[in-house]
Amino acid sequence: MTDKKDLTLVCFSGDFDKVLAAFVMATGAAATNRKVTIFFTFWGLNVLKKDYGRKAQGKGFLAKAFNFLMGGRNQLPLSRLNFGGISPYLMTSMMKKHNVATLPELIEAAHALGIRLVACEMALHILELERDDLIEEVEDVVGVATFLNESENAHIIFV
Amino acid sequence: MIFLDITHETCPMTFVKVKLQLAKMDKGQELEVILNEGEPLNNVPASCEEQGYKVLSIEAVGDGKHRIIIQK
Repeated sequence: MTDKKDLTLVCFSGDFDKVLAAFVMATGAAATNRKVTIFFTFWGLNVLKKDYGRKAQGKGFLAKAFNFLMGGRNQLPLSRLNFGGISPYLMTSMMKKHNVATLPELIEAAHALGIRLVACEMALHILELERDDLIEEVEDVVGVATFLNESENAHIIFV
Repeated sequence: MIFLDITHETCPMTFVKVKLQLAKMDKGQELEVILNEGEPLNNVPASCEEQGYKVLSIEAVGDGKHRIIIQK
């Protein structure tokens, strides 16, 4: 194929707009023949939850509260001007109007392009989430050492 | 020949749609793509060639649109 550098994105943010940027870069890179991995950690894990809405997951009170308040893919807030959660819907309608791919479309494209989605083991522990709480497209649950090893010769972008 | 119009798509779906369509095709099959000048015209043919596919022709069809034929 080509000798293009691989790309690894660290999706730390769970903000709608930042996650969108991560998926645009990831799918664009994969479509132009780069091997792409997205490592989801902390707030970014919300993107991977099987439940797109709000659900009190985990065992302890705090984990349940955090998971409920953060919600899943449909609850991602805009990093600015969120207006109580209405803005992501407004932004999605603006995106559709201008033929820009929406977040679910980009996630589907990422999977179709063979982008490797991995979740951070430590953040899952903190939030008391299991592998089964995440969408099937997640290939692996890994630690920082694996992420660094796999990204040895890759560009790393932190979102 | 398979036909794909990406003039209503924006980055990155322009590349994504072409890449996914080509992935579904058999070696030797041809794909006709209508795309806009600028970013898609500059990068879609080049990105196809990188993957080892042949860009058989590129022609302007008016309105800033171009038709390219790619052979897998």
